[in-house]
Amino acid sequence: MADVYESLVGIVGKNFVSNSKEERYFYARDPGLMPPHEPDYVVMPKTTEEVQQIVKLANRERVPIVPMGGGMALTGLVIPLKGGIVMDMKRMDKILEVNEKARYVVVEGGVPQGMLKEHLKKHHPDLRHSIPESPPITTIAANVVIHGQGRLTQQYGFNSDMVNGLEVVLPTGEICKIGSCAVSPYWFSKGPPMPDLSGLFLGWLGTTGIITKLGLKLYPRKKLKDMEIFVTDNGDLMPDIIYKITQLEVVEDLTPWTQPRPRMFEGNYHVSIFFTGDTEEELEFKRKMVWYGLKEYIDSKDGGFMMIPAELKATFMANPAKSMTNFADVRKGGGFEYSGPIIPTELYPSFVKKAEELAARYRVVQNCSGRVIQGGHCMMFSFAFTFNRADMDEMDRARKALHDAAEYALEKGGVLWKPTIFEQKMMIQRMDPNTLKLMKSIKRLLDPNGIMNPGNWEVN
Amino acid sequence: MLELKFDKKKCADCKAVSCLVKCQYIDLNKTEAKKEWQKVINGEDSFVLDACTTCYACEEYCPFGNHPFYLIVERQEEKNVLAAPRALIKQWVNMCAPSGKFMLGDVKEKTASLCFMPRLGSLAQGKLFEDVATSWILGAEFFCNAVYLHFSRMSVIKERLPKIIDNISKQGIKELICLHDECYATYNSLAPAYGIDVPFKTIHYMEHLYQKLKENKAKIKPLNVKAAYQRNCSTRLVPQIDHFVDDIFGLIGVTRLDREYDRENALCCGALIWASKGYDAGHDVQQRNIDDMEKHGAEYCVFNCPACWDPLAEKVANRGIKPIHMIDLCKLAMGEEQALKLPEMPLEV
Repeated sequence: MADVYESLVGIVGKNFVSNSKEERYFYARDPGLMPPHEPDYVVMPKTTEEVQQIVKLANRERVPIVPMGGGMALTGLVIPLKGGIVMDMKRMDKILEVNEKARYVVVEGGVPQGMLKEHLKKHHPDLRHSIPESPPITTIAANVVIHGQGRLTQQYGFNSDMVNGLEVVLPTGEICKIGSCAVSPYWFSKGPPMPDLSGLFLGWLGTTGIITKLGLKLYPRKKLKDMEIFVTDNGDLMPDIIYKITQLEVVEDLTPWTQPRPRMFEGNYHVSIFFTGDTEEELEFKRKMVWYGLKEYIDSKDGGFMMIPAELKATFMANPAKSMTNFADVRKGGGFEYSGPIIPTELYPSFVKKAEELAARYRVVQNCSGRVIQGGHCMMFSFAFTFNRADMDEMDRARKALHDAAEYALEKGGVLWKPTIFEQKMMIQRMDPNTLKLMKSIKRLLDPNGIMNPGNWEVN
Repeated sequence: MLELKFDKKKCADCKAVSCLVKCQYIDLNKTEAKKEWQKVINGEDSFVLDACTTCYACEEYCPFGNHPFYLIVERQEEKNVLAAPRALIKQWVNMCAPSGKFMLGDVKEKTASLCFMPRLGSLAQGKLFEDVATSWILGAEFFCNAVYLHFSRMSVIKERLPKIIDNISKQGIKELICLHDECYATYNSLAPAYGIDVPFKTIHYMEHLYQKLKENKAKIKPLNVKAAYQRNCSTRLVPQIDHFVDDIFGLIGVTRLDREYDRENALCCGALIWASKGYDAGHDVQQRNIDDMEKHGAEYCVFNCPACWDPLAEKVANRGIKPIHMIDLCKLAMGEEQALKLPEMPLEV
C-alpha cells in the first residue's frame, strides 16, 4: 500500500495526498448519523488528467475511490465504507465559461455553490443558479449527482434537470463528454437531440464515474423579491393550497413546513411563498395573484397570511437559508439529519402526522419541511430530527426515527432521496426486477472492478 | 368571572349611534345602525360581528364610554364569529402564552415595560431614558394581551390579564412606564372595563418623553419637518393621550399634518384588515392612508406602535416618506441616532 501512497504523490504532489491519522479521522465521517469508516488515503487532484491517473491507479491496485464534494449530504454518501481513496474535489474550482446569451455556465467538478453565486453576482448580475439550502462550501457537482434541489426547483425542476452537459472520468479511466459538448464547443444540452447519457451518472451517487466538468443552466436574476407565508390549521387542505399556488405560475419557490417550536408555529401548517420581479409593480402583481388565489381560505377562515415582522422576513429570505443551523442546535451538541423522500404533494398531510408520531415515539425533536418541485409534480418532504452529539442514546433514537420514516415513505409510495446505504437496500428490495437488472448491467459495464464508491447502489 | 361593564340603557338612550355610524368600514345610517347595534346587544346574529375590522375606533366614538368594541369582541367569541383565520388566532394565542422565560433589567419602583417587544428596548435609550434605561421588564409574563381584541378572544384576555398585572406587582413596581401604547391602554381602559384593579401607576411613554424633553429643552435642535402621525388601534382606547403628540411635536419643531386620516378619522395600519378581509380591503386602506400622507407633503411618518411599523414602514419608505417611531423622532431632536430602522433585506435573488 505504500506504493499507492507514493504513486498518488507522484500524480498530485505530496501536499495534496495524506494517509495521516488525523486526515483519515476527518474524512471518515459526515455530520449525519451514519457510522464512520476511515479511508486509507485522501487525495486532492487539480486537473482532469490527475483524476484520470488516480482512477487508473485505483483500477490497477483494485483500490476503492470515493469522490467527495462538500461532504454535507448528511447520509454518509462519501464515507469510504470499504476504505481506499477519498478524492476531495475542492481544488478543481475553476469557473471556466459563462455563456450569457445561452444562459449557462461551465464549471469544474469542485466548484462550490457560494463561489458560483458570488461570481455571477459580480460578473453577470442578471443571471443566477438554483442555490440549495446547504452551506456555501457544498459543490455544484455533488448537488446534481444526488438530484439536489434549490431555490429555483419549483419553477425548473431538480437541480440535476438544470445540467447542460458533463465531462466525466469513467471508472476505467476514460474521459467522456456527455451532451452537446460531445460534438460541439457549446454546452447547451445534456442530451437532446442525442441520446441523453447524463442519466448514467446523475443519481448514481458517484458509483459510475467522477464529474470533472459540468454545464449548468442559469436563469434571470430579478431585481426584487418578496415572500408571504400562508398558514392553516387544517393540514388536509395543504395539497389543494399547493395546487392553487402552483396553478398561478407566478411563484419562484414554494416550501411547506411545520414545526412545534417556537410555540407560535405549533399546530399549524405553513407554506412559504417566494416571488420576484424587476419592478415594484411586477412584484405587487404577483403578490396580488397569490392573495387572490387563496382568498377562499381567508373567507372561510381556514387559512390566512401570517404577519411577518421585518427581522423574521430577512431570515426567511436568506439564500441559502441559515435557519436550519439553528434547528440543528435546538438540542445543543449540533446534531441534525433528515430523511427526504420525494413524494406526491397529496401525501404531505399524512407525512406530517407521521413525523409527529415518530418524534413522540422516539422522544426526539422534529421539524417537517419540503420543497415543491417543478409546479407541483412532486415534492421533497424532509423528516428532520435534531439530536445532541454527546448523547449516544438520543442519536440512536434519531437513527431509529429516520429508519421508520424511510420505511413509511416507501410504503406510502415515496422514493428516497440521497438515501443512506440502508435506504438504498430498502429501495433495491422493492425495485422492479428488470430495472434492477438494467442497473446491474450498467454498473458492471461502467465499473467492472467495482472500485467506485463501493457499498452504494450495490445492485450486484 | 370577569364581566364587561356595559350599560344597555346608555345605548337605548343614544340617538347618534356613533359606534356604527362613524365606523369607516361599515356603511350604515342612524336607523340601520340602531337596529344592528340592538342585535349585537341582544346577542343576536348581526353582520356587524363579521364586518368588524377590529380597528377599536368605536371605543373612541362612543360618547358614553360604554365599550361598544369590547362588547363586539365578546359577541364574536360567543357566536364563534372569527375576526381572523383560525390558524392566525392559534398562532397568536400560542406565541404570547406565558412560559416562564421573561427577562428583567435592574427593576426599580419606576420601571419601563418593554411588553413582549425586544425592539422597544433598543428604542428606549439615550438622554431621554437615562433614569430608567436599566430598569425594565420584558416577556410574555408582562405582555398586556390586548392584542386578542383582534382575534375574538376576550376570554384569553380575561384569563391572562389579572395574572399579568399580578406578575408586574410582584416585581415591586410602583410606576410603570408603558413603552407600548397598547399596554397603557390595557391598564387604563380594558382593565377598568372589567373591574380589574391595577395596583401600580401607569405612565404613557409619550408623557415621559414630554416631561424629559421639557427638562432638556435647551438641548433640543428643532427638526423643522412635516410629519404624518400614524394612529394605532389602541390609541382609540385612550384618546386622552393624543394631546401628547401635539405637545411633543411642538417642542421639537415638527408639524403634525392636518390630513384627512388623522385624529378621529385615522385609518389603522391595515395589518389585521389584510389578514381577515384579504388583499383588496387591506391594500385599499393602506393606499388611501399613504396617498393622504403623500398628498399633504409628509416628510416623516411617525409611528406610535411598533406593530404598525411592520405592515406600513416599508410601504411609506417606498413613497419617499421616512418611517420613524415617536421615540426615535425625539431622539433625533436631541441629536441622537434613530434605533428602529428597516432591516437590510437580502435583495440578491
